[in-house]
Amino acid sequence: MATQELRAPRKLDYAMLFKEAGAVAAVVFALTLSLVGFRTTDVPGGIDILLRFDDVFAATLLAFLGRAALILLREGRLLPVLLTVLPFGLALAALLFYDLSVPTQDRLVRFLPFASLVVNWLLAIFALIIAGRAAWGIWHASSRKGAVQREETMDRIGARVQQAARLLGPLLLGVAIVLPFLPYVDRRLLDIAILVATYIMLGWGLNIVVGLAGLLDLGYVAFYAVGAYSYALLATHFDLGFWICLPFAGIMAAFAGILLGFPVLRLRGDYLAIVTLGFGEMVRIILLNWYKFTNGPDGISGIPRPSFFGLPFTANPPEGTQSFHSFFGVEYASIDRIIFLYYLILALALVTNIFTLRIRTLPVGRAWEALREDETACRSLGINPRNTKLTAFAIGAMFAGFGGSFFATRLGFISPESFTFIESAIILAIVVLGGMGSQIGVVFAAILLIGLPEFFRELQQYRMLAFGAAMVTIMIWRPRGLLAHREPTIRMFPKGAPAEEQK
Amino acid sequence: MGYFLQQLINGLTLGMIYGLIAIGYTLVYGIIGMINFAHGEIFMIGAFISIITFLVLGLIGLGWVPLALLIVLLATMLLTSVYGWALERVAYRPLRHSPRLAALITAIGMSIFLQNYVQLLQGARVKPMQPVISGSFRMLREGDFVVNLSYLQILIIVLTVTLMAVFTLVIGRTALGRAQRACQQDLGMAALLGIDVDRTISLTFIIGAALASVAGLMFLLNYGVIDFYIGFLAGIKAFTAAVLGGIGSLPGAMLGGLLIGLIEAFWSAYFTVEYKDVAAFSILVLVLIFRPTGLLGKPDIEKV
Repeated sequence: MATQELRAPRKLDYAMLFKEAGAVAAVVFALTLSLVGFRTTDVPGGIDILLRFDDVFAATLLAFLGRAALILLREGRLLPVLLTVLPFGLALAALLFYDLSVPTQDRLVRFLPFASLVVNWLLAIFALIIAGRAAWGIWHASSRKGAVQREETMDRIGARVQQAARLLGPLLLGVAIVLPFLPYVDRRLLDIAILVATYIMLGWGLNIVVGLAGLLDLGYVAFYAVGAYSYALLATHFDLGFWICLPFAGIMAAFAGILLGFPVLRLRGDYLAIVTLGFGEMVRIILLNWYKFTNGPDGISGIPRPSFFGLPFTANPPEGTQSFHSFFGVEYASIDRIIFLYYLILALALVTNIFTLRIRTLPVGRAWEALREDETACRSLGINPRNTKLTAFAIGAMFAGFGGSFFATRLGFISPESFTFIESAIILAIVVLGGMGSQIGVVFAAILLIGLPEFFRELQQYRMLAFGAAMVTIMIWRPRGLLAHREPTIRMFPKGAPAEEQK
Repeated sequence: MGYFLQQLINGLTLGMIYGLIAIGYTLVYGIIGMINFAHGEIFMIGAFISIITFLVLGLIGLGWVPLALLIVLLATMLLTSVYGWALERVAYRPLRHSPRLAALITAIGMSIFLQNYVQLLQGARVKPMQPVISGSFRMLREGDFVVNLSYLQILIIVLTVTLMAVFTLVIGRTALGRAQRACQQDLGMAALLGIDVDRTISLTFIIGAALASVAGLMFLLNYGVIDFYIGFLAGIKAFTAAVLGGIGSLPGAMLGGLLIGLIEAFWSAYFTVEYKDVAAFSILVLVLIFRPTGLLGKPDIEKV
């Protein structure tokens, strides 16, 4: 606490405090008055209005108090803020978690400060965030340098994680391999793991396009859809198995990538993003309306499940054939199929990762990274930008195609509903939030964005709201991604060589 | 001929709505060079504030249509522009000097957030509204087919033209317009010469949001139903319009909007309704391939 005393807190300017906090409260009031204060409700024959000014009042009050607390933090009143806010936030959060875990009639609703559950949650979260900032400030004895220091700390953590990836990678892989056999791992957890692994694979696939080649693709889901529909149509019409269709789905998706990429890859940055977005929507609209071919909005059902090299996962195989459990002589268990699916997507994801890591050191991979840094320089060095970009686009699309056929075989049913823009946005968010080009960052971002919300299924309706807010917050906090530390793929001189040698 | 004329009228009305949204895209892109992906959501919020204001006015028994319309117009412009301002302040200003990709991701995140915010508060079902302005002006009769110019369409056209005139005056004649044009040319130089860049950018977002909210009101009056998802498609089409007209160019945005509206109307009338969105996206791709600067845009000189 000695350093604290060096910066004696200034005298508080209450007029300034009230003015600033009041301005924020006024803005929040103007924002919430219309959409929060007046709720349109559906009644037979039209809509009616429900007045909810209590929520507007709550939001305005919260904004005022929150802003005031932040101003106090800025003025160096750390300890008082921490001591008032932290117990309150912890108590409220504990109460809310208690209410989540008990049946409705046992809930301690009357102790909550506000009628609306969301407002209570927001209050708890904000209180804990402010308490966290105060604690951080006390810990570092300076709240002023906070932002710069935090950025540096995060950079160091990023660099360290990247270095540790050598160790961390095999460790994570080990956990991933034994995951189905760990205690407490049930069907639900395994389903979440499969979902996360799917997004990790898609993230790694998109990382080739966005992270390595620097092409901003907002229509990645189109190739995912092409892969899923290729598998579904081939399997249902020609009765082909999963393992034969998988390469076909990849080829089809890669072909679609070349087809779409050819005309538009001259474009740069934002323009490319919007055009790929347009393509993604076009694919979805075509899938929706080409009824004869894709069965339109009804989708395709009855897609065959994958088999263990020809051995299906069924309890009672037809006479004369064998299934997985009878061949290996084990008791039939429905979870076998889930475990198999888990290993399947794990293998697919690993293939994607190893492929990416290897191709980065090949000439084409180096050309991608060079192209990302400076297209004009590349052109003058004799790299053909279009062909190089096309390979990245096609290879990225191919992995999306693999992912798509896995998606189709896992659910056994696909429809255009599953391939909306939001999926592209989620995959892109995983890549960018993880730190572009960082393979391990994709894993963390996927766990954070896909795995974590799955555990809060009770708060299902707020999931996408929190997702959007998380995207914004993480980007503002770390504009270059969580683990944005970029190591050169190749070096002219070994790392740590003396400076004179490098000249 | 009559059918053609009717589609021309419908297309122009639709195009004016797209044009008003497109101005928001083009203004923001002109100054800070980012695609404000959440602008479509601002349009949607404008439509929702309009329907809420209409309902409230109905509840308190204000029945005189012109006054009601004026109140709704002012209310939606005012309240939606607060959203536009807050959007820039919260999500874009901290990222002004960050990589452009970061700003685009934030914009997409904001778009997802606002969509779900409105969905949670106002419900996911479509919101129908009784037509406020009915009746039409008979222009032409051709056998059984009558070409109508509804009073609503007249209102949309008059309102858009008026707003455009005011807006052109603001940009061309006022200090704010001068500051805006200076920022568009060179943000750093403008700041050195004493222009409050933050304030100018904030005002740009406010103007863009106000125009988009008017488009939302028109959309509500024109179609009679809205839901929380309308912002996505309308936003993309308006962006297409801005690119088609040449991003950064104000007359271009309006021209692009009108063209997109006409293409959509004629495509639906003479080909298939299902693929009208595909038509709009195809136009975008074609324009970007063959004329990346748009119809009225200036060529972008690339410096090494």
